[in-house]
Amino acid sequence: MSRLAPYAAVVSARYRNLLQYRAAAFAGFVTQLFWGSIRLMILAAFFAAAEGPQPMNMVEVVAYVWLGQALLGMLPWNTDADFKEQIASGAVAYDLLRPLDLYGYWYARTLAFRTATTTLRAIPMVVFAMLLLPAFGLAEWALPVPTLAAFVGFLVAITAAALLSTAITVLAHISMLWTLSGEGVDRIMPSFVTILSGMVVPLPLFPDWMQPFLAWQPFRGLCDVPYRIYSGNIPIAEAANEIVFTLAWTVVIVWFGRFLLGRGVRRLVVQGG
Amino acid sequence: MSQIEVRNLAKVFRVAERRPGLGGAFRGLVDRRTREVHALAGVDFDIERGELVGYIGPNGAGKSTTIKILAGILTPTGGTCAVDGLTPWRDRRRHAARIGVVFGQRTQLWWDLPVIESFELLQRVYRVPESLFQRNRDRMVELLRLGPLLDTPVRQLSLGQRMRADLAAALLHGPKLLFLDEPTIGLDAAAKLAMRDFVRTLNREEGVTVVLTTHDMDDVEALCERIMVIGQGRILIDGGIDDLRRRVGNERMLIVDFEEPGSLDALERELGGAGLRDLRVTGKRARIGFDAGVIAPAALIARVTSRFEVHDLFVEHPPIEHTVADLYAEHGEGEA
Repeated sequence: MSRLAPYAAVVSARYRNLLQYRAAAFAGFVTQLFWGSIRLMILAAFFAAAEGPQPMNMVEVVAYVWLGQALLGMLPWNTDADFKEQIASGAVAYDLLRPLDLYGYWYARTLAFRTATTTLRAIPMVVFAMLLLPAFGLAEWALPVPTLAAFVGFLVAITAAALLSTAITVLAHISMLWTLSGEGVDRIMPSFVTILSGMVVPLPLFPDWMQPFLAWQPFRGLCDVPYRIYSGNIPIAEAANEIVFTLAWTVVIVWFGRFLLGRGVRRLVVQGG
Repeated sequence: MSQIEVRNLAKVFRVAERRPGLGGAFRGLVDRRTREVHALAGVDFDIERGELVGYIGPNGAGKSTTIKILAGILTPTGGTCAVDGLTPWRDRRRHAARIGVVFGQRTQLWWDLPVIESFELLQRVYRVPESLFQRNRDRMVELLRLGPLLDTPVRQLSLGQRMRADLAAALLHGPKLLFLDEPTIGLDAAAKLAMRDFVRTLNREEGVTVVLTTHDMDDVEALCERIMVIGQGRILIDGGIDDLRRRVGNERMLIVDFEEPGSLDALERELGGAGLRDLRVTGKRARIGFDAGVIAPAALIARVTSRFEVHDLFVEHPPIEHTVADLYAEHGEGEA
């Protein structure tokens, strides 16, 4: 068996388990449909009033918004309720009974948490935005069909985004070893994650003076990079660089998470479970 | 070399102390006071392969702390400990792959998964080869009668069923050392008996070393040849169940069934003397408490049978609970 097999088994078990929550996924789909329409209308109003050329055209913006709505759950905007419960009850120490690298174990569980609920919501959203809207005569507002190259680039970039998002969420989980409650991170994370990833307003539409900062911060890899590769706003020739950028941040955050977890576990095993 | 070697093991917890009142709460913000709690104050023992050891003591005596250190999830403040040559908290992952642990108070299974899926996940987590996994799983399913439960999610199991599933889960990777922390807590009589049978089989037939903590003295009497009693962070007694009894006294109870209803007066008149402690008569049955160190059981029985028409009689040890409660009291602990 490969070295990663135990972790893959954890991802798979947790993923299958989370797929059960269909009602929540449907509610999420409806909410995100509503917000997606509002965002589109606001952005369309801005574009109508804008003078001169913009860094993105309206078709690219429509793709950006719908992809964002479909993949919202993949943003590191909250923490796993299961995990919070484990911290609160002290059961988290018992994870040390497994012959697993603790960071790897948590990363595997978190990866399933980040992706399972997203799968359930993304599929109906894509069906709606790509197939149903044109059928209703609203092709102008529909999620465009990408070129094959752009789609492959998008798949790689969104995979990198999932790895990055998981690393950030694990960091939030680790912080609970000190705070003992997920309340704080759950409130702080959505505000800066949604803005800095491009979920509120596509990053290219931010003022020029902010662009150097926006270009280097890690959250860009979550939405901005994959969505713009999809629409062709980032040419496929530049996609590889952008994906490496996302993965580099992932490595840094994983490294930092391992470092923090090492310290957190020392506290845990010194002060008792 | 013994399987487990523990030397001078110590664990000190720092507990934050709160001052009373609002003023105290504010002072606590700037000037934190902590108190040291010595959960373990120098514990020594060796456990050989194949032993079945009962580890008992009042609440807060350090039982769970010891088990957690041996299992590798807690680091001691002093002393050494080697389990099969490994230091549990330093070689955590290798150690974890070799032991099985069951905590009666919380399940190690995945709450939402059917039992069988938990087992399959554990197979991968512990990297158990397929053939070994199938053998172990089938044996556990048979011994613990898990067949009908395999497809049930863990959260729907009764406590007794859950404990059986937890035991199986802890043994799928074939560990040679099993820690059971209060495995019978909250179980009904039938489930307790099933649990004991299973642990005995495991120990006798598979040679698995078992360290068991419990508050149920029947568990200890039924299972353990060796008992360690801990109190205030120290091992008070380490020996057989007889050593434990001898420590506290030689009290025995002779129970006699007469042919005719007995009378207390007649009994006192005929038997009265040194060594007798407590006489009770109900109908045809008499209960005679005595000190076996003063009057030998055989002598007392001879005296009873020579003077009365006796239908049946037997000698009992006092319930071991009393013995242990006395011991805890002697060391200034315990709730009673």
